[in-house]
Amino acid sequence: MFRKLSLTTMTALALSAGAVHAAGAEAEITNYDFPFEGPFGSFDTNQLQRGLKVYTQICSACHGMEYVAFRTLSDEHGPALPEDQMRAYAENFEIFDPALDDGLGDYRPATPADHYPESSLANAPDLSLMAKSRAGFHGPYGTGISQFINGMGGAEYIASLMTGYHEEPECALEMDVPMDGYYNVAFANGGFPDECKDEHGHYTVPGSWISMAPPLYGDDIDFDDGTEATLEQSAKDVAAFLMWTAEPKMMARKQAGLTGVVFLSLLAALLYLTNKKLWAPHKKRVEDE
Amino acid sequence: MAGIPHDHYEPSSNGEKWLHKRLPILGIAYDTLMIPTPKNLNWMWIWGIVLTFTLVLQIVTGIVLVMHYVPHVDMAFGSVEHIMRNVNGGHMIRYFHSNGASLFFVAVYLHIFRSLYYGNYKAPREVTWIIGMLMYLLMMGTAFMGYVLPWGQMSFHGTAVITGLFGAVPFVGESLQTWLLGASAVGQPALNRFFSLHYLMPFILLGLTIVHIWAFHTTGNNNPTGVEVRRTSKEDAAKDTLPFWPYFVIKDLFALAIILAVFMAIVGFMPNYLGHPDNYIPANPLATPSHIVPEWYFLPFYAILRAFTADVWVVQIVNFLTFGIIDAKFFGVLAMFGAIVVMALAPWLDTSSVRSGRYRPTFKWWYALLVVDFIVLMWVGAQPAEFPYDWISLIASTYWFAYFLVILPLLGVIEKPLPLPETIEADYAAHYAPKTGGTKTIVNPAE
Repeated sequence: MFRKLSLTTMTALALSAGAVHAAGAEAEITNYDFPFEGPFGSFDTNQLQRGLKVYTQICSACHGMEYVAFRTLSDEHGPALPEDQMRAYAENFEIFDPALDDGLGDYRPATPADHYPESSLANAPDLSLMAKSRAGFHGPYGTGISQFINGMGGAEYIASLMTGYHEEPECALEMDVPMDGYYNVAFANGGFPDECKDEHGHYTVPGSWISMAPPLYGDDIDFDDGTEATLEQSAKDVAAFLMWTAEPKMMARKQAGLTGVVFLSLLAALLYLTNKKLWAPHKKRVEDE
Repeated sequence: MAGIPHDHYEPSSNGEKWLHKRLPILGIAYDTLMIPTPKNLNWMWIWGIVLTFTLVLQIVTGIVLVMHYVPHVDMAFGSVEHIMRNVNGGHMIRYFHSNGASLFFVAVYLHIFRSLYYGNYKAPREVTWIIGMLMYLLMMGTAFMGYVLPWGQMSFHGTAVITGLFGAVPFVGESLQTWLLGASAVGQPALNRFFSLHYLMPFILLGLTIVHIWAFHTTGNNNPTGVEVRRTSKEDAAKDTLPFWPYFVIKDLFALAIILAVFMAIVGFMPNYLGHPDNYIPANPLATPSHIVPEWYFLPFYAILRAFTADVWVVQIVNFLTFGIIDAKFFGVLAMFGAIVVMALAPWLDTSSVRSGRYRPTFKWWYALLVVDFIVLMWVGAQPAEFPYDWISLIASTYWFAYFLVILPLLGVIEKPLPLPETIEADYAAHYAPKTGGTKTIVNPAE
């Protein structure tokens, strides 16, 4: 009985770990496939380079990435830009350097050692850690099973947000004063009109209103590798890129995890045999005792 | 060291004799390692080693993290990102440390529930139990303060909520909260002192670990039968026990290797599963997260804290009787700490003369319900405080107290225990019957 109980306990510990889903708005998150998912998944260099281009040409107008250094764009398991390209790329960004102009500070082109600038728009969140600071999957009922199977879903959340802009639902069209912002089915934390709640206060449509205008429409970018820049493709690519900016050491981590699991399993097998042999004389009654 | 008769250390070489006269350190090490251990210990007796290992893991990884961490409100979050991105192997060290806290609590809960089932807390092991409870409290304090250090949204607002509990103490609450935080709100003084204490407390835990081991090496281990090792002679004791080295060291290391393989998989493949995404957003005092949820290991007691609201009649009666001094908020705080106090008092609340739950047919079911209750509390602690979760947490909290304050005292009187085995040797022999031609005994040490 004890073993069953402890197994139940462990399962429950694992399950109750998941985050709680906010009561109220429901977000529609599409479970997109990404090449970096699972214990053996890895970043697709081409996809990261496409995502970098989406970020540079569109997102960076408002959003900064203050924790990401330009030099890391050349990292092997990242976008892996050749070093000269990375240097040239960095020079496109203006960085405030407090040492310039006799200590008054001035702007200068960025070098590889610099980080991306902070967000230029006050209420635009920094994107460095966006893919880890949002969870696409929740529940069910606070059990965390969904995250256990699908992962936390940060990249899925970002891609779903990019593709989640829809026509306003009918209930909102009848309003005298229209809602601020844009209706997005993947965004759960925005404004929501009472007109779209039923008599019990339940939300009748998914998502809520977000202040960010739709950043992608499809065909916004020319990808260098010839990939067609559909809305979904661009959304997935930028989400993959932001997963890399949030967790640049993911490949090294999975490699270490795999090595650890293999060697510890081997050690466990050897210790099992040692233990069995050690105890064998004591697991049968000694005759002459 | 132990009361169980066994061979003690005898210095053999001249060098050993020289040292032994001056400092009997080899003797202590020998007697600790060779301690006679009941040979019928099952797989629930491995968690002590896991906990010791985890404490060392947390201290070692923590010391490295401190070399790169900056305890300043403007730099703490960035310094953690610096560890994750620029420090060699920093991402692994930090994920070991953050998930190590979870491993610590998985092990400690299984360790505690093991003791609750087999009656390890009963005489003569009350001191071991009380020290263990102190260690558990210290662990929770350490984990809480450690969670503040990355200075993310959940760190900041979680700290505000938990230190706010002390503000509920009547009359002195506000001053107490200010004294704890070093300011009227969570800020630089709080971060600095939590950092200092987070570094200090694991070393106190290490000291208490030694006292904890000292205590149960004095009384000897309990075992799944709850029957004591025979102390009548060295020969009798030897029939019930085997030396800790190598039998239990190898067994425990085997279990540890399996647990670490699972731990490694979590760190390698899903290191953020047990955390909150909100803590990857830098702390912002002006934006409160929609749901402030503590880490999973605090949830059962957090649920008890929230269960006793102003509309519960017990709370209303207490409020009336104390002329309003104990309001619902303070009642909740008392209930949360009380939940651990009643557990610590288990040696005196449990009136049964039989230690092990294995021979207590009624106790078994109430105990199973307590395990379920704990899991329910853990789950409901993460749910919003609304119907039906408020009722679930109230019922589950009530059972927690009822188990220790009502069921344990009554069961000892009412219940008719099953016959106990004469000796550990007899029980062991019943499990491992002699091997006779071809018939293989099915061995299931964990019952």
